[in-house]
Amino acid sequence: MDISTQLFEGKLICLAPIDHEKDPEIESKWTHDPDYLRMLSTKPARPLSPAQVKKKYEAVEKEMDESHSNFYFTIRAHPDERLVGFIKIYWVEWTNGNGFVELGIGDPNDRGHGYGSEALHLVLRYVFAELNLYRLSVVVPEYNQPALHLFTKAGFVEEVRRREALQRDGRYWDAIHLGLLREEWETQLKGT
Amino acid sequence: MAASIFQGELVSLVREDPEIFAKNFSRWGRDSEFIRLLDNDPARLVSVRTAKQWFEKDLEKDTLDEAFFIIHTLETDQSVGFVGLGEISWNHGEAWVGIGIGERAYWGKGYGTDAMRIILWYAFTELNLHRVSLGVFEYNPRAIRSYEKAGFVHEGRNRKQVLRDGKRWDEVHMGVLRGEWEKIYECCK
Repeated sequence: MDISTQLFEGKLICLAPIDHEKDPEIESKWTHDPDYLRMLSTKPARPLSPAQVKKKYEAVEKEMDESHSNFYFTIRAHPDERLVGFIKIYWVEWTNGNGFVELGIGDPNDRGHGYGSEALHLVLRYVFAELNLYRLSVVVPEYNQPALHLFTKAGFVEEVRRREALQRDGRYWDAIHLGLLREEWETQLKGT
Repeated sequence: MAASIFQGELVSLVREDPEIFAKNFSRWGRDSEFIRLLDNDPARLVSVRTAKQWFEKDLEKDTLDEAFFIIHTLETDQSVGFVGLGEISWNHGEAWVGIGIGERAYWGKGYGTDAMRIILWYAFTELNLHRVSLGVFEYNPRAIRSYEKAGFVHEGRNRKQVLRDGKRWDEVHMGVLRGEWEKIYECCK
């Protein structure tokens, strides 16, 4: 791995910027699936129209420009670069060298094919070898087992359980915080 | 509990105008130990004018997503710090709490714990929340002890989250559920 190793290119997917013309229709469809929304967010599930998604993208890019603490990528499947999801780094604290990650694969048919896994793999290199952060955190609802599996497989370690922090379908669930340190990521690299 | 839900044994929670709070906040912020115990942003100095502008903006917001108070001593009615609930999640019944005692003379004497008890009472019996969460740095054992006394339980730690004075420190997470808090209240009644 050196300067010629592409940061944004994987075998199955690539990381690419937002396509403001085509992406809003697709993401709007995703948001009409309550499972998708509830896996990702603790906010009340709320579908978005294409125009609302468009506005959200504009806000995302404005914030990336102004705050320098957010990095947003779309995940696109080869060979035709079809939009399958997104991955973002947010709440970066430069003095402490930490940040948070969030990842979503929109269409249920696109899950379980390794797209998310490869996107996370690329982003870990971006976080530790380009942004030079020291640690990365993720917060996952207890009921999102696929995400817990994905992040654990990538080396993340469970650190905090906010007991009963989420209330859905008439019961309480924990919010689970996982973390990955730079040295843990480096050890993993040596092993492969 | 006292007649007012905003009053404890040592302190009461009040709202102050921006110019009054700005003066105290600017002065407290010159104590770098205080500001580094308070949060993980880089310590910096804030003028009275800038602080006043921040707090005036808060006046315009006036949302239900937060509940912020100044801590006054009952004895002399002096401002000694602040406490607030933020990021209130109404659909899940959770809020985060933050507290700071800016007047050093009032550290370690129960004023913060008393203020925390009042805000928990408010969170559970007026806002009707299900849990209250907080984060605290491992180099702040006095705060951790105070939170334990108020009923908070350890829930884990983000390893090496904060880099200060060349060392990495954990962020300790604590939380209290309504059911746990009710039991403590029963035995104190």
